[in-house]
Amino acid sequence: MKILIVGGGTGGTILANHLSRRLGSEIRAGKVELTLLSASDRHMYQPGLLYVAFGQMTPDQLYRDEASLLEPEVDFHVDPVDKFQLDQNHVVTKGGKSYAYDILVIATGSRIVPEEVPGLSEGAETFYTEESAVRLHKRLMEFQGGTVAMVVSIPHKCPVAPVEAMFMLHDFFKSRGIRDKVTLRYQYPTNRVHATANVARWAKPEFDKAGIEYETLFNLKSVDPVKKIVYSEEGTEVKYDLLIAVPPHRGMEIIEQNHLDQGGWIPTDRFKLTMNGRDNVYVIGDATNIPVSKTGSAAHFESEVLAANIVARIKTGTDSPVREYDGKVYCFIEAGFDRATYNAFDYVNLPDLKPPSKPIHWFKVAYNQMYWTSVRGLL
Amino acid sequence: MAENKVVDACNTFCPGPLMELITYMKQASVGDTLELLSTDEGSAADIPEWIYKVGHEVISNEKMDGIWHIKVRKTK
Ligand SMILES: Cc1cc2nc3c(=O)[nH]c(=O)nc-3n(C[C@H](O)[C@H](O)[C@H](O)COP(=O)(O)OP(=O)(O)OC[C@H]3O[C@@H](n4cnc5c(N)ncnc54)[C@H](O)[C@@H]3O)c2cc1C
Repeated sequence: MKILIVGGGTGGTILANHLSRRLGSEIRAGKVELTLLSASDRHMYQPGLLYVAFGQMTPDQLYRDEASLLEPEVDFHVDPVDKFQLDQNHVVTKGGKSYAYDILVIATGSRIVPEEVPGLSEGAETFYTEESAVRLHKRLMEFQGGTVAMVVSIPHKCPVAPVEAMFMLHDFFKSRGIRDKVTLRYQYPTNRVHATANVARWAKPEFDKAGIEYETLFNLKSVDPVKKIVYSEEGTEVKYDLLIAVPPHRGMEIIEQNHLDQGGWIPTDRFKLTMNGRDNVYVIGDATNIPVSKTGSAAHFESEVLAANIVARIKTGTDSPVREYDGKVYCFIEAGFDRATYNAFDYVNLPDLKPPSKPIHWFKVAYNQMYWTSVRGLL
Repeated sequence: MAENKVVDACNTFCPGPLMELITYMKQASVGDTLELLSTDEGSAADIPEWIYKVGHEVISNEKMDGIWHIKVRKTK
């Protein structure tokens, strides 16, 4: 039995480690082959980028060697997949190697596409890549006063990130002693300050308390980097001195080039995690079109469910899933530099936000390190 | 040829039905219709408000067996 995982990020790494531990004896006996192909030899803890933007972490703290995170039974190669030949049950890599599989798992994540919005790359800073987070930090340190505007595109990774960034901006400028010289403006695409009603219900009064101005129904249309104006589809505009954007996201180009996608995302069964129309191809993490937030947390819980199902398939010949993904997600929400709350929900239970507290913030700070235990499949 | 697409956003809270609709609207062509299925009460009001504000068209909005069927057309 050949299991092939494509993508060594959060979802792919957790899955590989769970499978390796549960199928160790089968792998050593040569009955199971477990291969992981990735595009990078390094693994990035992406949520740390937000802290880099505020000078609370440095980029080197966000990386580990992928090989150091994997169980020894995982056959790991840095050789990105170029062609998915699903009818023949094999993939071909950029390096020209062909890998056959009985079970394929796609966990290739997502990418930012600021170029989809005219003027965005030139006019806005962001914190969704290492380079941009470092640059944003410099801009924030140099900023002496004026309007800092946040704009949000859809779809994007980590739905709570723009709200967290606003609270952190508030505390950042307070700590620099220039909060009174800075207008913080938040622009959001839906009719509330957050797409999730309960997050919006919590965030709105907190914005009011912090003096953060907001405009809803603001769908980003274009940016004029010379005049420093950002325009919405709804016909409104905002003048800024510093623009911070959550750029639009898509699945990886390779997924589109292989026509596995609809609009960049792979159509996936939200319970079984199978790619639609394929019994032996699974999709986890950001790459799916499942209507759940694109988060490491979703990728984590999905990989646990999938590991249980693959193990059962191999050990007991059970073809139907022994577990279904229930839509579970758990995300921390930073409410500034020293307070946080969390957003926990699944397909049935709505998030119910608790008032922010210091212990939850410290738990998040600890999780920034505990991630490396989590991605090893130990937590 | 205009396409008709059904978007199943039942039992989803984050980012939620309106975000799903906006995502699929961006992928659709002018003239296409999308039928959003949602179990969320708020969507029945929020989605038409967004559609009117952006200038698309609401074709129908009805609840059947506990599920809202909100049919919209992309007009621009
Ligand atoms: C600023 C920021 C803040 C965030 N905050 C949070 C948070 O607080 N909580 C949370 O849960 N999530 C958060 N996230 C989101 C989280 O990081 C992602 O959702 C998560 O990493 C997705 O996991 P994944 O396995 O789907 O993809 P990724 O972790 O992105 O991994 C994709 C992998 O696929 C590989 N790959 C790509 N193309 C190929 C190819 N052709 N062949 C082989 N391999 C390939 C890549 O090298 C990479 O290893 C945040 C993200 C950002 C950017």
